[in-house]
Amino acid sequence: MLGLGLIAGGVWSGQNLNPLPIDASTNAPIYDELFKVLFTIGIILFVGMLGLVVFSLIKFRRRPGDSGDGIALEGNLPLEILWTAVPAVVVLFVGLYSYDIYERMGGMQPLSHGGHNEKSIEVEQKIWGGIGSKETSFTNSSDKTISPLPVEVTAMQFAFLFHYPKGDIISGELHVPSGQPVTMKMISKDVIHAFWVPEFRLKQDVIPGQTTILNFTPTKPGRYPIICAELCGPYHGGMRSTVVVEDPDSYEAWFKQNAKEEETPLQS
Amino acid sequence: MTIVSSTPNNQEPKSLQPKGWLKYFSFSLDHKVIGIQYLVCGFLFYLIGGALASAIRIELTSPVSDFMPRDIYNQVLTLHGTIMIFLWIVPVVNGAFGNYLIPFYVGARDMAFPRLNAVAFWLIPPAGLMLISSYFITGAAESGWTAYPPLSITTPAAGQIIWILSVLLLGGSSIFGGINFIATILKLRRPNLKLMQLPMYCWAMLGTSILVVLSTPVLAGTLILLSFDIVAHTGFFNPTLGGNVIVYQHLFWFYSHPAVYIMVLPAFGLVSEVLPVHCRKPLFGYTTMVYSIMAIVVLGLVVWAHHMFTSGTPPWMRLFFTIATSFIAVPTGIKFFNWVATLWGGKISLNSAVLFSCGFIINFVLGGITGVALAQVPFDIHVHDTYFVVAHFHYIVYGGSVFVIFSSIYHWYPKFTGRMLDETLGRIHFVITFIGFNLCFAPQHWLGLNGMPRRVAEYDPQFAFVNQLSSVGALLMAISTLPFLWNVISSAFKGPKAGDNPWEALTPEWLTSSPPPVENWDGEAPLVVEPYGYGKKEDQQHSEVTDQSNDFEKTMQKK
Amino acid sequence: MTISSSVEKKSELEQPQPEEHGDHRLFGLIGFLIADGMTFAGFFAAYLTFKAVNPLLPDAIYELELPLPTLNTILLLVSSATFHRAGKALHQKNSKLCQQWLIITAGLGLAFLISQMFEYFTLPFGLTDNLYASTFYALTGFHGLHVTLGTLMILIVWWQARSPGGRITNENRFPLEAAELYWHFVDGIWVILFIILYLL
Ligand code: HEA
Ligand code: HEA
Ligand code: CUA
Ligand SMILES: [Cu+2]
Repeated sequence: MLGLGLIAGGVWSGQNLNPLPIDASTNAPIYDELFKVLFTIGIILFVGMLGLVVFSLIKFRRRPGDSGDGIALEGNLPLEILWTAVPAVVVLFVGLYSYDIYERMGGMQPLSHGGHNEKSIEVEQKIWGGIGSKETSFTNSSDKTISPLPVEVTAMQFAFLFHYPKGDIISGELHVPSGQPVTMKMISKDVIHAFWVPEFRLKQDVIPGQTTILNFTPTKPGRYPIICAELCGPYHGGMRSTVVVEDPDSYEAWFKQNAKEEETPLQS
Repeated sequence: MTIVSSTPNNQEPKSLQPKGWLKYFSFSLDHKVIGIQYLVCGFLFYLIGGALASAIRIELTSPVSDFMPRDIYNQVLTLHGTIMIFLWIVPVVNGAFGNYLIPFYVGARDMAFPRLNAVAFWLIPPAGLMLISSYFITGAAESGWTAYPPLSITTPAAGQIIWILSVLLLGGSSIFGGINFIATILKLRRPNLKLMQLPMYCWAMLGTSILVVLSTPVLAGTLILLSFDIVAHTGFFNPTLGGNVIVYQHLFWFYSHPAVYIMVLPAFGLVSEVLPVHCRKPLFGYTTMVYSIMAIVVLGLVVWAHHMFTSGTPPWMRLFFTIATSFIAVPTGIKFFNWVATLWGGKISLNSAVLFSCGFIINFVLGGITGVALAQVPFDIHVHDTYFVVAHFHYIVYGGSVFVIFSSIYHWYPKFTGRMLDETLGRIHFVITFIGFNLCFAPQHWLGLNGMPRRVAEYDPQFAFVNQLSSVGALLMAISTLPFLWNVISSAFKGPKAGDNPWEALTPEWLTSSPPPVENWDGEAPLVVEPYGYGKKEDQQHSEVTDQSNDFEKTMQKK
Repeated sequence: MTISSSVEKKSELEQPQPEEHGDHRLFGLIGFLIADGMTFAGFFAAYLTFKAVNPLLPDAIYELELPLPTLNTILLLVSSATFHRAGKALHQKNSKLCQQWLIITAGLGLAFLISQMFEYFTLPFGLTDNLYASTFYALTGFHGLHVTLGTLMILIVWWQARSPGGRITNENRFPLEAAELYWHFVDGIWVILFIILYLL
């Protein structure tokens, strides 16, 4: 009875208490799904253990005047097996489930250069890590309409710079159209930084000497913070930028406006 | 077994050593003195580390960086992390209690290498003072306790080098200690005492020491390479010279993940000693507890890369480390369920020691659950390097190890000093600590999930309120040290006399006077084959304590 | 402290007595060597990873010459054997012979160090030239430090064995055994190092 109530309560709180910020990319809802499961399991385990401890402390507390010993129970093999097996099963489930989640996020995709293919000079360069993207690797072959938007990210103490090879835009803010996959190639000029957008549930270290790739597809228009999440010096806390997710039209407008401006100095 | 046979080797007669309180300031070879030295020294460093934590929390009461300059903030948090780990938790759960208790538990009169033991302790104060003075002289290291290059190569070199030197000294101390514990447990055991009859703390220390011996040297080697990068401008971890920064992270975490078990396994052992005594019940599932310690040791060595899920490691590696890390929950869980089973059906005295131990169970389960969540790559990608992680590990290191240290002090203080602590003050201490701790760190989970990175002196205004809540919790924690301090200091002078065995415990350290004589027992070392035999022979409780030699025959026959 | 020896426990006296602490010291030394070995393991791992993932530019690649390190390997292997002889001689209570073997071992160690120095001076790269150069010097240097220490230890043992009255005897074998164990360890590390650094 109590156990059932506990599980029901856990499931309820997993479904209804959501402490996460809004989800603004395709992998954010996947992430939230995982979060709900972990949260549910966590609540059940924690409240269960809490209940057991508090209950024992009250039920089995020493009454005044009682100076005897407790029962001389030294162990119980079936019980031991039970509480080895149950966590093992839970943990195995969690591990496999999160593998599935990771797969759906694109984490297990081989890291292709995605939209950077045209720059074949750099094919030699080793890619070290990051998150691939299902969409990008599919669209590479077939569907041209949502081919990914390539962006080159440079991190330095204490700023991010975004370079759009198409149109040669250099910007301090990341502008992306909603619904289109973005593939970012990130390099660092000095120390390790990390590119983090909480609303995208995405984080990737930007590592000097090694290129990392990060793919994502924004879904909800809005302005979200880009946060540097790796200690990189005194102004690490101030190393922030913004990602502006716009609907494709206003993105196009922004792109046109800036692409021109950037092209003029290049031609002169 | 005679006295002669277990007299430790080769030392000058202990009677030549300073007497009274002066001995605590001397190069003493007595394991009990060294244990107390570790404890007090560690506690002083805890106060300093706590003062630094308070500075951090004051800075974070407002979203802007106003209390101290940003680089000072980084120095403070580096010092805080380093001091708390290397000068407080590790020396106390290992050095202090290990030195005090292990020789008793194995029935020896001292550690295997008393002199090495003293050296190991005396490395700590200079290393700690060096580390702290660097703040005033050159500016302390400011790259976090992880000292990731290339940041640690490009920040001011003097502070970083001092940091490396003192961590090397502390690591050396830890290795010496580890070798000593292994030798004491395996080699100095009293004849006829089987390994599976040892109190659980011995097993915990054996496992911990194995981790220490296997992993600490790797940290030492890594830091030597790092110091070459700083001083000699080699390029091991310097990408501009062709080096590889990720290799540092692998090597660092190869030590520092096991280090978290170095911080918590002995605490597990201590809880296993405290709970049975006050529940008047045998420790539940002794054998599985032993196996689970060993399983944690083995697994602990192969999970390090879970700190590097966003560092650009290949996907298969992330997957392997996710699974391996998750499985640590199984042996750890076994221990927790066994403790709860130890509580179950006992006659529990709700004193400070038990309260802190149970507080530990509750806090650690929460910290462990967030740990298992962090082990899932997709989950970690969002919360890595945020306050969620800060909350996770404070739940474990503070809610776990520090709670256990307090619990153990309440439990063994009568043995250390021969006097009782004040129970009321102890409970006040527990209540304020427990509330303050949860108020301080529980909200940090939310902060991390919602986008507050760690190691920042300034943050988004929408996080201000929750941060202030957390700072109030830290204030409560700071206040809670006052009743504790008053309690331990005043009780040392005018606490009620404890008698030899106030808890009527069965483990060997209680079968001698309080405080114990220099050679631990005036007579021969007792043979305790059932350290947790509570409730077994109701009427013989006391005879067992006094008349060990008769009991010996019986227990041997029973086995 | 009263010495009480109960009769019924007499049998326990026959058990190995903790007083024979030579045993424990050797045990402690083994613990230390495991720790030391882990330091090397860390270095080796770092080197192998560097090699696997940080390919050098072709013009920076330099083939290490083999003759000198091969000679070094032989020197160390032979010295392990001679040290073993010294221990045997001590067993046979032949202090003179033991001293001779010891001094030969020390000489071999010294020869190794000199030849290593010679290699350092003839190498075309310096400590900070590139990643491999740095790792090469770090590994061999750290090992060389061990050899230096070991040679010093042998010399000390030799000196003690020489001194009249004999500080090192068949009864007090520990210093010699400790030095020997350490020396074998250092040799073993060299073999691994030789394989990884020069042959791979
Ligand atoms: C004493 C210290 C200690 C201990 C014991 C632990 C224990 C664990 N830790 Fe933690 N950890 C730290 C100290 C510690 N940690 C520190 C200091 C950091 C940050 C370092 C830094 O970056 O500065 C960190 C960071 C850290 C990370 C990296 C986060 C990041 O930076 O992104 C991860 C990821 O996997 C992790 C996981 C775990 C796990 C799975 C355990 C497990 O051992 C926990 C197992 C316990 C339980 C699970 C609870 C009891 C079990 C049950 C009741 C059974 C049932 C449970 C289930 C079925 C789930 N820890
Ligand atoms: C291992 C043990 C340990 C312990 C016990 C603690 C204890 C505490 N920690 Fe610690 N903490 C770490 C280990 C620990 N910490 C580590 C490893 C880091 C990471 C560092 C890094 O990122 O590199 C960290 C980081 C860290 C941060 C994150 C900083 C950041 O990322 O920007 C915060 C913020 O709240 C914090 C707070 C606290 C608080 C409030 C306590 C409190 O529990 C402290 C309570 C104690 C007191 C308040 C002492 C009271 C006494 C006085 C105030 C009197 C002073 C008197 C004299 C000096 C004589 N810690
Ligand atoms: Cu860049 Cu932190
Ligand atoms: Cu870890």
